[in-house]
Amino acid sequence: MYKKSLSYPHLVWMTLFVVAPMIIILIYAFTTGSDDGQVYFTLENFVKFFDKTNVKSFFNSIWVSFISVAVCFLLGYPAAYILADKDRRRTMAGKKPTGLLMLFIMPMWMNVMLKLYSWLAILNPGGLLHSFTSMLGLPDIDIMNTYTAVVLGTVYDYIPFMILPIYSVLIKIDTSVIEAAQDLGANPLKVFLKVVLPLSLPGIVSGFTMVFLPALTAFYIVDFFGGGQFMLIGNVIERYFSNELGRNIGSSISIILMLFAFLSMYLMRFFNKSNRQMSKF
Amino acid sequence: MKKIVSFILVFCLIASIALSFAGCSSKTKLFVYNVGDYIHPDVVSMFEAENPDIKVVYEIYDSNEDMHMKVSSKASPYDVIFPSDYMLEQMIDEGKINKLDFNNIPNAQNVDANMKGFSFDPNNEYSVPYMWGTMGILYNKKMVKEEVNSWDILWNEKYKGNIYMLNQERDMVSIALKKCGFSMNSDNDAELKEAEKALIEQKSLVKAYCGDEIKDNMINGGAALAIVWSGDAYYCINQNPDLAYAIPSEGSNLWFDCMAVPTTSTHKAEAEKFIDFMSRPDIAKLNAEYIGYSTANEKAKEMFDENVKNDKQRYPDLSEDFLEKMEVFSYNKKRNIKLTEIWTRVIG
Repeated sequence: MYKKSLSYPHLVWMTLFVVAPMIIILIYAFTTGSDDGQVYFTLENFVKFFDKTNVKSFFNSIWVSFISVAVCFLLGYPAAYILADKDRRRTMAGKKPTGLLMLFIMPMWMNVMLKLYSWLAILNPGGLLHSFTSMLGLPDIDIMNTYTAVVLGTVYDYIPFMILPIYSVLIKIDTSVIEAAQDLGANPLKVFLKVVLPLSLPGIVSGFTMVFLPALTAFYIVDFFGGGQFMLIGNVIERYFSNELGRNIGSSISIILMLFAFLSMYLMRFFNKSNRQMSKF
Repeated sequence: MKKIVSFILVFCLIASIALSFAGCSSKTKLFVYNVGDYIHPDVVSMFEAENPDIKVVYEIYDSNEDMHMKVSSKASPYDVIFPSDYMLEQMIDEGKINKLDFNNIPNAQNVDANMKGFSFDPNNEYSVPYMWGTMGILYNKKMVKEEVNSWDILWNEKYKGNIYMLNQERDMVSIALKKCGFSMNSDNDAELKEAEKALIEQKSLVKAYCGDEIKDNMINGGAALAIVWSGDAYYCINQNPDLAYAIPSEGSNLWFDCMAVPTTSTHKAEAEKFIDFMSRPDIAKLNAEYIGYSTANEKAKEMFDENVKNDKQRYPDLSEDFLEKMEVFSYNKKRNIKLTEIWTRVIG
């Protein structure tokens, strides 16, 4: 009884700020306002989603998020591995962990807009990158207003969310498991592929979800680095929502996006589970 | 520099608001809600010195839309707001603006007669114009050798990758409409379709669709042509003399920022006193000098030096010819969503 009452504030919070908004969005998505002030049920908002341009922005979003996740993984996994390895060795030697992880956490305390503005100072024509390349006599790199810049911004913004879960899984791997593999004659590559990688899969999966889903819906990075040259689905939703009569369509697109997010989360969980079963053998 | 100044100003404002609560007295509190950096920093204290029984609580907002949301939510009983033309029209339409009692605002007659009677407030009952200006083309004279007098130059292959457009659907569609020879406020589907085609055709020439970054990028010589509002153009030209501003001969958008009293106001008489003070020629001049925009106050304009008064970019001749070509944006809910759809098709 005592414990249950403790959860009430959380329950009220969740109802007010998670459940209620979802219900409002649901209502908006299935209705349309008319001139006489009446609200009617309709599916038209969902039909509008399948507009050629909306579908295109949707697939663009998936593509950009996918590339970003892949880059985050390729950069993040080695980083997490090195950090975890260092920290584990130090703990084993009875020393304190390095605290290097803080370097990845600290940027998360900074305001996103501030960070993006500083990237603008680097990437803009006449910016730092320009002076650097011209100093070395190299050709100008102008990636501003391209997908490359958007991916760069996304990776920069979300890479801590890839490193942290992988790190926390890697650091918990029992060293004796690795030693056992080594004793049985596995070379370092084999140890990594057969032992470390499978054991770190839960971290990878949660890293994927934590990067992929926010990246899918982000719109400010595109606004900053895309130069308004293309729209991702987040921008489409934002555009519609800034419009009095656009909220219905905006809501229906949000719902479709949410369903897609649930689906991908479910798939990743399934993937995670089947792997856990595998690792029993 | 401007950023630092505004930062300090914001800090001072917050501090003064905090102080005002500390020294809570029997003074009438007047809530003034304005766009950031849109008033001479001394004007509020001057008003308070002249009206010792009024304490001004000054707050700032980023955009018309933010202001609209905050005023609609009745979060604070704002007394004076500074909406742009289309937002004023929308708020009047929604019944959120009080009619003014012009007996309390004798200085309203200092406003240029040409600035009155536009569609957003046809009978001049709700607002007093504050600043005004145009939308036009800012260009770099070193990169653009020809005369800039038509929107067509933004569709010229020569300037591929050298054009900045705004990330604002209404402004961009209206430019395309004007280029095709239609009204900027056209709601005709065939005409909108033609404008959409023009924008899609232009897309490959555009370097970026953005907002405030345009100013810095143009000052740094980042592009040859850009769409800007006249006040920003003046700021950019001051920073980089290679730049020049032109209003295309087909006509363009004419905009106004006005002072108005929302229905949430609890001190209408004091609010009118404040608007009257802001319309006094000496105060209007101070504000116009500080902000750098064109004042709607004719008496204040008369007090400027000859070279400012005769600056055709800041104060174009308000001849009938000119006014006929210029259009004020009007508010139309149904059209707004059409514009959003057009814009997603152009960019998406």
